[in-house]
Amino acid sequence: MNDTALVRRRGSGAFSSRDYIRRRFRDIPTRLNENGVDQFGFDPEFAAKAGPYMGWVYENYFRVEQHGVDNVPDGRCLLISNHSGQLPFDAGMITMAVFLERTKPRICRAMIEKFVTDLPFVSYFMERCGQLIGTPDNCRRVLEAEEAILVFPEGVRGINKLFHERYQLKNFGLGFMRLALETKTPILPVGVIGAEEQAPSLANLKKVAKLFGLPALPITPTLLLGPLGLLPLPTKYRIYFGEPMMFEGDPNDEDEAIEQKVQQVKGAVKQLLERGLRERKHIFW
Amino acid sequence: MNKPDAPIIMTGIAGNLGRLVMSRLHRHHKIIGIDRRPLGTIPPGVQHEQVDMRRKKAQDIFRKSRAYGVVHLGIMHDPRMSDKEHYTWNVVGTENLLDYCAQYGVKKVVMLSSANNYGPMAGSSAYLDEDTPLLGSFAFPGIRDLVAVDRAVSSFFWKHPEIETVILRPVHIAGARLKNAPSNYLRLKAIPHLLGFDPLVQLVHELDVVDAIAHALKPGVRGIFNIVGPPAIPLSKLLHQLGKPLVPVPHIFAKPLWQTFYNLRLSSFPAPEWDFLRYELLVDGERAKRELGYEPRRSTRDIINLFRPAEAMEPEFTPSAALGALSALTKSVKKRMAQKPEPHAPPHGPVDKLDLEPSGDE
Repeated sequence: MNDTALVRRRGSGAFSSRDYIRRRFRDIPTRLNENGVDQFGFDPEFAAKAGPYMGWVYENYFRVEQHGVDNVPDGRCLLISNHSGQLPFDAGMITMAVFLERTKPRICRAMIEKFVTDLPFVSYFMERCGQLIGTPDNCRRVLEAEEAILVFPEGVRGINKLFHERYQLKNFGLGFMRLALETKTPILPVGVIGAEEQAPSLANLKKVAKLFGLPALPITPTLLLGPLGLLPLPTKYRIYFGEPMMFEGDPNDEDEAIEQKVQQVKGAVKQLLERGLRERKHIFW
Repeated sequence: MNKPDAPIIMTGIAGNLGRLVMSRLHRHHKIIGIDRRPLGTIPPGVQHEQVDMRRKKAQDIFRKSRAYGVVHLGIMHDPRMSDKEHYTWNVVGTENLLDYCAQYGVKKVVMLSSANNYGPMAGSSAYLDEDTPLLGSFAFPGIRDLVAVDRAVSSFFWKHPEIETVILRPVHIAGARLKNAPSNYLRLKAIPHLLGFDPLVQLVHELDVVDAIAHALKPGVRGIFNIVGPPAIPLSKLLHQLGKPLVPVPHIFAKPLWQTFYNLRLSSFPAPEWDFLRYELLVDGERAKRELGYEPRRSTRDIINLFRPAEAMEPEFTPSAALGALSALTKSVKKRMAQKPEPHAPPHGPVDKLDLEPSGDE
């Protein structure tokens, strides 16, 4: 094994080193056009600049511990995970785990919400780092290019969970399963432990949020700290990657038939969460 | 049905794009131009009629010529013109033209529409195909008539299946002398852009559009085609390579400010144009490649060279420039000879493999 493929271990400070990040990016097979971006605007050079900061958060803030990242297969793949934490740090940390710690680095494309394209700076930051708007057409195109997609079937229902609802999976959408059947894509269940406590939300002021055109307005005790309260608590993240699951069937089947398959995936994510909760001793370390 | 060696009628021949298309086609086809504007020098094989499509005289041209095909470029989009003028010129003019085509045995109709009719929107899919609904006029009422023209020609497909109808929907056309919004924008001395927004943009070189029109005239081709140029580029990269001063504008002020500028005639861009600098509108050009045999031949650099200020242009070959380059070369060789080789070369080659941007704006 040569040096570039070698995965550094935690604690070495490697994950926030510019050199390590650059070398990992070099090992990713990305199809760049003559303008230095891929078809969705992913720019490895831009991402390599942002990488060390994300790596620092990964290693020192959330002190992420991953289990089974090498279960992520080569080729097309759908990562299905629980979603929580008010701000989507879970997406960032799963992406970083696959990028930093998989033997062969990969980029997961997370599906972002439509309203993000309306936000200045965030919109293009996300795009240059490889994220894209979660429309079915975009997913199909990415999977056909043999890339990995990270999907949170709970959607906004999940990320805005209240504190007492932590680790309870909300309803899963059916779209991801139809897409997987249509494109013959393996599904990899992922369980994230820790994000559910990073921003304990006591209430979600939906009506006020609507007034300001926001998707949600969570009220957390940390808001007493002012702007600092927007930062998530430094909980310890544990990310569990399950075994790939392959489904067969008609993508245009009745909802009930699709729902059955979705329940299998939901069950797998739930098992990962239960295992994680059993294994952890403390929320913060 | 009229024969393929019969003439081709071109509307909008006196426009900048019209002239380019004319100079491409006139060697192989006899051309009859219809345009209210004078054409200037008229090459051999071209006949020019200064006629308005809304007048009866246009019908006489169709009746007499027994044309094989029609290339419809005579679509007006001038934000300063009245809605009524737009509507009658574009919609009524096009409907007349389609009637005459059906009546006088025209075999082929090629119409130049635009991919902008899909409309830039927050959260739309990347790479829209030709079946995507045309929603461009929701946020930009000024292009309602352009969408209506595209729809009128689309419905002509099933009204007259015996006629080979082609609609071309090119992305932003960039041309040195074109007077369309994207070319005018890139020609500005200082370029305003939205602070915090950097969408991918697609541009196509004017000569590639001319190629696409030539492909569309081939017998047997019909349908709607998106016409794309080189791969999409982030707007910021495009603007930086132009080498002009940039003016960032916060998005909350952009539209109100430009509405005022436009009303005061300080700017020629209506405020809704900002959406093109804020949201992505990417189209898929696969069908044109597959069925039309069209592929863009001009690169991003060719497009940028159309708009770079004269002093930033790549130096032309002159004896003094050649001498200068030669002396610089000898200097660098001497410097390198004087340097000692590094004792420990990095084993894995340069780590800077990621520096993908073309080195410098020479």
